[in-house]
Amino acid sequence: MRTHARPWWQRALLTREMLTILILVVAWVVASAAVQGFDGPLTITYLVLDVAPVLLIALPMTLIIATGEIDLSVASVVGLSSVTFGLLHQAGLGLWVALLVSVLLGAVCGAVNGALVAYAGLPSLAVTIGSLALYRGLAVGLLGTTAVTGFPESWTDGATENLGESPYPVITLGLLLMIAVFAVVLHATPFGRDVLDIGRSSEAARFSGVDVKRTLLILFVLSGAVSALAGVYYTLRYGSARGDNATGMELQVVAAVLLGGVSIFGGRGAIHGVVAGVLLIGVLGSALRLEGVTVNVINIVIGSALVVSVVAPRIAGGLRVRRRSAAIAPHEPPRFAAGAHGDPDGGSAVGQGT
Amino acid sequence: MSVLSLLRRREAGIALALLVVIGVTTAIQPGFLLSAGGWRDLLLTPSILVVLAVGQAVVVITRNVDLSVGSVLGLTAYLTGRLFIDAPDLPIVVVALVAVAAGTLLGLLNGSIVAFARVPALVITLGTLYVYRGVTLTWAGSDRIDAGDMPRAFLGLGTRQVLGVPVLTFIAAIVLVAVAYYLYTARGGRQLYAIGSDPDAAALQGLPVRRRLLWAFALNGALAGLAGVMFAARYGTVSSGAGAGLELQVVGAVVVGGVAIFGGSGTAVGAALGAMLLLTINRALPVVGIPDFWQRAVVGALIIGAIALDRVLANRRSRRLAAARDAEPPPGSAPPGSAPPGGGPNDAGPDDREEATA
Amino acid sequence: MPNATPTLRLEGVAKSFGPVAALRSGTLIVQPGSIHALVGENGAGKSTLVKIVGGVHRRDAGVVELDGEPVDFHGPAEAKAAGVAVIHQEPASFPDLTVAENIFLGREPLGRFRRIDRRAMREGVRELFRNLGVDLDPDRPAEGLSIADQQIVEIAKAISLDARLLVMDEPTAALSAVEVRRLFAVARGLRDAGHAVVFISHRLDEVADLCDTVTVMRDGEHVSTDAVADVTPDQLVRRMVGREVAELYPKVPSTPGEVVLQVEGLESTGTFHDVSFEVRAGEIVGLAGLVGAGRSEIARAVFGVDRYDAGRVVVGGRNLRQGDPAAAIAAGLALVPEDRRLQGLVTESSVARNVSAVSRRRLARLGILLPDAEARLARDWSGRLEVKAGALDAVTTTMSGGNQQKVVLAKWLATGPKVLIVDEPTRGIDVGTKAEVHRLLSTLAAEGLAVLMISSELPEVLGMADRVLVVREGRIAAELSRAEATPEAVMRAATPGASESESAA
Repeated sequence: MRTHARPWWQRALLTREMLTILILVVAWVVASAAVQGFDGPLTITYLVLDVAPVLLIALPMTLIIATGEIDLSVASVVGLSSVTFGLLHQAGLGLWVALLVSVLLGAVCGAVNGALVAYAGLPSLAVTIGSLALYRGLAVGLLGTTAVTGFPESWTDGATENLGESPYPVITLGLLLMIAVFAVVLHATPFGRDVLDIGRSSEAARFSGVDVKRTLLILFVLSGAVSALAGVYYTLRYGSARGDNATGMELQVVAAVLLGGVSIFGGRGAIHGVVAGVLLIGVLGSALRLEGVTVNVINIVIGSALVVSVVAPRIAGGLRVRRRSAAIAPHEPPRFAAGAHGDPDGGSAVGQGT
Repeated sequence: MSVLSLLRRREAGIALALLVVIGVTTAIQPGFLLSAGGWRDLLLTPSILVVLAVGQAVVVITRNVDLSVGSVLGLTAYLTGRLFIDAPDLPIVVVALVAVAAGTLLGLLNGSIVAFARVPALVITLGTLYVYRGVTLTWAGSDRIDAGDMPRAFLGLGTRQVLGVPVLTFIAAIVLVAVAYYLYTARGGRQLYAIGSDPDAAALQGLPVRRRLLWAFALNGALAGLAGVMFAARYGTVSSGAGAGLELQVVGAVVVGGVAIFGGSGTAVGAALGAMLLLTINRALPVVGIPDFWQRAVVGALIIGAIALDRVLANRRSRRLAAARDAEPPPGSAPPGSAPPGGGPNDAGPDDREEATA
Repeated sequence: MPNATPTLRLEGVAKSFGPVAALRSGTLIVQPGSIHALVGENGAGKSTLVKIVGGVHRRDAGVVELDGEPVDFHGPAEAKAAGVAVIHQEPASFPDLTVAENIFLGREPLGRFRRIDRRAMREGVRELFRNLGVDLDPDRPAEGLSIADQQIVEIAKAISLDARLLVMDEPTAALSAVEVRRLFAVARGLRDAGHAVVFISHRLDEVADLCDTVTVMRDGEHVSTDAVADVTPDQLVRRMVGREVAELYPKVPSTPGEVVLQVEGLESTGTFHDVSFEVRAGEIVGLAGLVGAGRSEIARAVFGVDRYDAGRVVVGGRNLRQGDPAAAIAAGLALVPEDRRLQGLVTESSVARNVSAVSRRRLARLGILLPDAEARLARDWSGRLEVKAGALDAVTTTMSGGNQQKVVLAKWLATGPKVLIVDEPTRGIDVGTKAEVHRLLSTLAAEGLAVLMISSELPEVLGMADRVLVVREGRIAAELSRAEATPEAVMRAATPGASESESAA
């Protein structure tokens, strides 16, 4: 039997991810040609610095959404981690210790989410809306409306300075490393296979010996820890630890992940698509800003893109399913139009508990 | 319905919690309830959130969610102010109606995408959250509507009281009663529950699922529009950021109020009580000595606690049912040579009505 | 009585799903004012027939008439409108609505301003319940109703529709004695009011107790129709089983080795009780019984996807941690589950991913799993089992049932199991593949694999198994050797009330 039904170039190019990458390239080319100053080195520097937190958080979010769950508390963990980092610094602890404690605290935040979702069986959408408020509340409660500043320059510069003469900030290396790690985990490990299987059919995964609960717990812990890391970065980048840092960023992250081709029903998604999704939002943002367009129009663009990215494959998929079911002998009783949340592929609705 | 079953309802628990919060806070600081200002704030503060929560409850009951309500509120609040500036001759009622109609349209847009493309409402309304907010931001820019731009009669709605009850609270109460009445006594209302309870079965029964979904989202949009008008009247100033982040508070209120996030159950009254509880706790915290910075943390803990509690109750119920199955085995299940457990389940009891029709 | 126009007349009705003929020639004539029993083995085609009557499926051929008028339903709603009410085994009610609302959903009586007239609705339900002789509170939510009461609700709904034909598909499977009597009283009341009732049951004592006429089906065909008074339960059983155990089943002789799987006193509240048995290497043990007797639940608990309340599972002399499928797999257990599309396969995934799903941790080198390794394993095993697919990266959603089952088997055989549990291994697959699966299981057993086979197809169990365990209502009711296991003996042990004489082990 053949290994693949289609030649390699078709498999590589005719994917949902390539569409996002294509749009990214087009956006880049158009912006370089039409927007004054876009192709300058400064644009690249700021692009990387600006998208870094969203990019970091989008990586574990990809895995979580690929299982059919969601974590809306990530931006609050950024805030809480920022405050923790700041307070520990203020208390005179070394920054490495502060970093470690902050990330650990983020992991604990994630573990609370994960335990409630995986082991108590609560819907992740509702749980993480709750913990969004809870973690943000802790952050704001701990620091009030004040801010901690005065981080050593060696650290704040480290977060923003460039690699030698290149336009790329030093953190680019870290980001590339993280992207590589998550890409390998999702696409080339048994764990990554488990993640996608859970998203496609958590019941079938369980019958194949996948520990669904533990997998979900691990993902939420990962999400918390990475969000906390992003929180420390955010603090250093702006030199200020505040309780309201990164408020609302969860929506940007989810939008980027879905733009990158990850299915909200779970079971589908690739890291390169998500990276392209994050960059696309970043490029649009900086291009439009350079054009003097306000953040507002950018929001409209992001929002519309999000809706279209979900609706378009749905319409295409609906046509495909109809053709397929006409061609294949109906072994099962007919499926009925499933109303509100019907998904012909049997994917679970967002946040459906296990 | 007996008093006992009324007390057992989920809503009674929230009402009780609300009373306890008010009671404790009042005991510490009598002015919280027993002063003119305290009484007014108690009723006035939650009125906007109540309207939003009641609308959201209608959507959540159908097993959907609308995250765009904060943006709809912002847009309609700004629209209200804009109309007063640009068309000063329009009567207040017409302005309010236009804002409500705008909200309805925005809700319909959400609803039609969800109902026809059959995609999760979470994603769609997350997208329209951005879009609607973006529209407001673009339209308003850094412009701000101030109290001076709006007629005094309109602003009076935000502060006036009738018989000791703020006008806005009256409006919220009317909305609550109307929606609760619809959900309880209209065929369409009951069908919303059926759709949320089991969408497949609802389609199988031939219910007009799409039409109902459109209607639910439209109603929610209309109420968010109304909330926008109330916002303008209440605060007197509307910036382009009005209502930002409100969606999570609304969803939180609905969940705390016992409307299951997976549809099919909950009431408008519960959602309204949830909204009142959240905001009353917010105001009570500083009184009992907790800095109000901690408000959100308390709200978050409350949301998680409410979902967890609902789950515990549901689990207990299903365990009881499993045990009940064993206590009453099907006929002939007794293994040879062993007596059926717990004496004869076949004994004619009060439930046995064979004689009645035989 | 039999001279009137029959309420329902089906003749020569056929229905195939792909290559599988579920119903070859269904014939059923139901008179008004009678209760008509429809009996037959699992897979005899009763459910398909009911679904055609209820508008869920459309027939391929044959005649369906209601009160002499030919009908052809395009959906359940049309059947309902024509006065056909079908009560399925597990009624679909809306748990959050009240009993009365469930009954009148979409047809609520309206008062002024088009508001639901709850009083009229309540009165309507009370009236219905009074006629049915039941005492349910119309205002209680449907949530938490026993299945029996849910069925009462369905029946009330059916009556309020003024259905001329009521079909009940195994309504008593979940009911207690009291509830069964209540249901029977209702059915008799309907009969006396001139409605036609079709009653499907495995319990022949109930058939004798309740029904006037009985139709036996076998292999998708009509066998006989008699007045209940004219046939004995023994005759019915013989007609239901009917055929010789065909030489379809290539049993390779093997000598059982040591005990590999040992189950002791397994207990799960509400599901099964005190289940003990053992399976030896090289032997095929059949787990027979009626649908809903608890066979699949036992298998799931043994494999660890469900938890149990007491007892233990021992594999190869070692206690197995409960609720841990990974541990079960490591100990050498494999489970080919009942629901292939939901549990057996990740249908959205490719053949290669499915075949390697359980083995992938073993395939990984330094934690990295290369697609090549997956493809190699998948090519090897799908070759051995002759899986027919366009390519290894073809998605399994579109494959035939037989090919899907081969993928599931390949997945588990690739793990090198010591015990293979197969749950309905040939359900919904074509005859050719069926024989392949049987040959495979037989060969595997001869090579020393311990096989536990759950099947609702009696010939399959009798043809394949060295030993048959009969499960009845969550308990092992009998253990029969290959020689003792006649169709009659198995059916008798499996059917509550079929016979007083127990062939207990």
